[in-house]
Amino acid sequence: MQTNNRPVKEIAQEIFAENQAERILGWKRGEFFYDNSPAVFSAADELQEFVYDAFCGSNLSKFLVKEAAKEGRIAVLLKPCDRYSFNQLVKEHRIDKENVLPIEIDCDGMVDIDKVRALGIKGIKSISADGDQLTIETVYGQKNCSKEDVLLLKCQTCKDRTGGDRFALVREIEEMSSVERYEFWRSELSKCIRCNACRNVCPACTCEKCVFDNDKSGIANKANSDSFEESLYHMIRAFHVAGRCTDCGECSRVCPQGIPLHLINRKVIKDLNEFYGEYQAGADDSSVGPLTSYELDDVEPDIVMNRGGGR
Amino acid sequence: MSIEKKEFKPLIVAFCCNWCSYAGADLAGTSRLAYPAEIKIIRVPCSCRVNPMFVLRAFQRGADGVIIAGCHPGDCHYTSGNYFARRRMTMLFSMLDFFGIERERTRVDWVSAAEGVKFSTVMNDFSKKIHELGENRRLGDLRCKQTIDR
Amino acid sequence: MQRIGVFVCWCGTNIAATVDIDTVVEAMKREPGVVHSSDYQYMCSEAGQSRIRNAIKEHNLTGIVVCACSPRMHETTFRKAAKAAGLNEFMVEIANIREHCAWIHKDRTEATEKAVVLARTAVAKLNLNKPLTPGTSDVVKRALVIGGGIAGIQSALDIAEAGYQVDIVEKEPTIGGKMAQLDKTFPTLDCAACILTPKMVEAAQHDNINLITYSEVDSVSGFVGNFTVKIRKKARSVKADICSGCGICTEKCPSKKAKSEFNMGLNNRSAIYIPFAQAIPNVPVIDRDQCIKFKTGKCGLCAKVCPADAIDFSQQDEIIEQKYGAVVLATGFKPIKLDNFDEYSYAASQDVITSLELERIMNAAGPTGGKLLRPSDKKHPHTMVFVQCVGSRDTTGCGKTYCSKICCMYTAKHAMLIREKYPDIDVHVFYIDVRTPGKNFDEFYRRAAEDYGVNYIKGMVGKVAPTNGKLMVQGSDLIADRQVIIEADMVVLATAIEPDQTAKSLATMLTASIDTNNFFTEAHPKLRPVESPTAGVFLSGVCQGPKDIPETVAQASAAAVKVVGLLSKDKLVSNPCVAGSNELLCNGCSNCQHVCPYGAIDYVEKEFRINGKIKIRRVAQVNEAVCQGCGACTVVCPSGAMDLKGFTNQQIMAEVDAICR
Repeated sequence: MQTNNRPVKEIAQEIFAENQAERILGWKRGEFFYDNSPAVFSAADELQEFVYDAFCGSNLSKFLVKEAAKEGRIAVLLKPCDRYSFNQLVKEHRIDKENVLPIEIDCDGMVDIDKVRALGIKGIKSISADGDQLTIETVYGQKNCSKEDVLLLKCQTCKDRTGGDRFALVREIEEMSSVERYEFWRSELSKCIRCNACRNVCPACTCEKCVFDNDKSGIANKANSDSFEESLYHMIRAFHVAGRCTDCGECSRVCPQGIPLHLINRKVIKDLNEFYGEYQAGADDSSVGPLTSYELDDVEPDIVMNRGGGR
Repeated sequence: MSIEKKEFKPLIVAFCCNWCSYAGADLAGTSRLAYPAEIKIIRVPCSCRVNPMFVLRAFQRGADGVIIAGCHPGDCHYTSGNYFARRRMTMLFSMLDFFGIERERTRVDWVSAAEGVKFSTVMNDFSKKIHELGENRRLGDLRCKQTIDR
Repeated sequence: MQRIGVFVCWCGTNIAATVDIDTVVEAMKREPGVVHSSDYQYMCSEAGQSRIRNAIKEHNLTGIVVCACSPRMHETTFRKAAKAAGLNEFMVEIANIREHCAWIHKDRTEATEKAVVLARTAVAKLNLNKPLTPGTSDVVKRALVIGGGIAGIQSALDIAEAGYQVDIVEKEPTIGGKMAQLDKTFPTLDCAACILTPKMVEAAQHDNINLITYSEVDSVSGFVGNFTVKIRKKARSVKADICSGCGICTEKCPSKKAKSEFNMGLNNRSAIYIPFAQAIPNVPVIDRDQCIKFKTGKCGLCAKVCPADAIDFSQQDEIIEQKYGAVVLATGFKPIKLDNFDEYSYAASQDVITSLELERIMNAAGPTGGKLLRPSDKKHPHTMVFVQCVGSRDTTGCGKTYCSKICCMYTAKHAMLIREKYPDIDVHVFYIDVRTPGKNFDEFYRRAAEDYGVNYIKGMVGKVAPTNGKLMVQGSDLIADRQVIIEADMVVLATAIEPDQTAKSLATMLTASIDTNNFFTEAHPKLRPVESPTAGVFLSGVCQGPKDIPETVAQASAAAVKVVGLLSKDKLVSNPCVAGSNELLCNGCSNCQHVCPYGAIDYVEKEFRINGKIKIRRVAQVNEAVCQGCGACTVVCPSGAMDLKGFTNQQIMAEVDAICR
């Protein structure tokens, strides 16, 4: 993929060539072509492994919490959605901004390999994107599909690309009856294996010590019997990141059980927008978030009682 | 002490701010304005001290309803505490509702130190709602309830 | 492990009648940490307290739970008792089994069960208590009075007389405030200037009082005993230290088109001016918006005529920084704007005036030299109508819902003075109620109505219509049950008063609360009427609520006593139930700083040794002397690093668990 009509790799090479930074945080090819992973490159020759294609969904911002604290300036490649996380982390003083060279790169949506497979395409060797179409090389020959159909969940309603209604699914759940909602989440959350992947990937979860790992927090104990008890974990997590979540969608992307966790965060964002005015966490690196500010005439909590939505 | 749990006896936790609502509860007491014994009050300095985790904890441990009472907006002893509490609790309640927890199980009300009558009315009203809803099955952690009971 | 003693009080029959004391005592013996559980008829009595003290020593207790009345009643009592027995006073928890249990439940079983739960909840919390030590802080022995009206002057004089330094900050060029504009004062009718100006002089000459006029408070930081205040001294363009106050500049100034603020805009003043003859300090100020020199660069006549060479066109605003132990708010009031009251034709006719304007017209030093003349044609009026409650007790939303309190009396005063001086003038007063609750007030009003023949009409005025040089006043007479139309020469509106506009920004700076009408809120409406809820901030005069001069002076002196009480202490003991950050858990994210209403949280870069490496981290630090212990910060802390002593996360969750088990 390109930025300003230049391949991103070229931009990376230029950073080293012009000594703009000592290290680059980007992606490198994994074991398979579809499991690219975040990597730090410290020299030009290491960039052979550098990759930027339709499988670079992972948000690099969080890695800066550790990497930016190390010696030497680091360049980071930020997709539009990652930029929000970066700003939010700078705002919360989690990243030493002075030591980082943020490079904004374009993105036209990342592909979910499972969705390609779900189309019945097997023996995939490689995938290349050509505009809206994907060309898929398989052991059975070349196949094609529309990129739009196989985008990552978070990319389908990307606020920077399509402008699609990212709250549509949230609204659907809101309109369910209370029991239906309960059953929906019960069935979703009962799948949770409490692997902590959602927390570990979340750019808003960079605490020195997570409350879930802290015996003294009183909420560290893992769920025991009723699987819906897991929901407390997700509720607490959603509340912890409320007002700070940039809606990057990483939680859903990494969930091995395919739980649509981002819907919980989106519900929070939707409420914050409706109650306290539009707010995009990470739109800048200095504004005060909606849960650390207030207005004298804020809505009363009973708005939840009086509002529409299923009962 | 063992209590036969044949008829539904709800358990309601009330967080009251020290300056207004706790004093309002005191006034309800001095005025002998009854409200059900199932309501147990926890004193906190300010409604803004109530962490949503405490509310979830109460539900997890078997509470059937949680109510937070603070100074009226504009009257907070700490000037702004209840405004923060108002936002947090609005968000928490909405989230609970989103998960399918009956929204009537949570409530915030503003009760001043002078409103003994209001305190009692609010508590009676809240308890009535919880009685109507019955036991909080959706969010209670059954395990905790059974093992710790003695 | 704690060694807890539980003490269950009967409160005579108050608790014992509905709660089975024995059950509670026995149940508590089975609670973790409890090594002693007993009861007594009156735990708060000396005998009860001595039982507690003895038990603490005998059983070597580390903490006690008293099951009794509300902690708001006797927590302090039991803390003192514990302290006397060598226990840390914060190792005491109260289970409120009277107000929250015995008094509201009739069923003995139910009440007893609840008392057991409340007691075990207190035990559960106490198990996690840690001894707390109150911090101490120094007291700066200097007070700041904001506002130089009669309230501020009186507070300052009383504080100064007690031997402490006081600064008065006044935003106008002179002290004196609204009282300086008044003609006579009710109910004695002595002239305002005669009683106020000596006080102004006294304040100016007092060794302990420092006047900072034409200045405003820019910012406030700090806390009780140690406020740091930045005061903006606006540029007067006149060197106050060398000006002799001769007044030649004001006479010679060619720009004389500015409305005189002091005379309510009824006449003009020069661009360089002294607000009134008795102003203190007697130093002129240049109104830069009016001054020809500032507008065009030409003129400078004042500088030429000044014998002391005191004019300084290049003067800049100056910021003074000063530390104070206490702050008195005496920001006073102003009449409301009458934009919402077109029916009275205030904007349409010069002859419809406010009561404060009438004060100036009647004042011998006023624009008419004390002669009562119609502003429009300077003719002697024959019929005057006073309208009460203009914008007060207003439920339509146009004015204020409260009673402005002073209008009934000053209207009676005006009416009486006019009838005395000009018996030919007919005076009518439209009123809703006449409120005269004050010493000699009702007698005063009756004298106006009965001896001076003022015509009081119970009813409201619907419309004032300027017609052919007259004012047609349409009103209702509720007693006669008829509409009345009075052809008046002048109409005087008893305009509602509201807090000065500076109150709001000061409230933010000082974190002092204000009510919906922007009056400062007192710490307790009955028992602490001159203190703001913010420690070290005191209220004086109308900024707290409408009041007349005697009440203002009384409150000003009361506030001064509170200030003196504070300044007389060398050290302040602070509440130890404050927030604290676990630096190892702190992310440095600033969320806590955003929500702290007191600015008690700062961030520092600090070195930490982590796995043998030195790492610099940004961590929150709480100023314990500033923190008031609300706990707002604890909830926004994502990592749970911020906690509140005395009400820790663990303690509250233990309480929740104890209730829910």
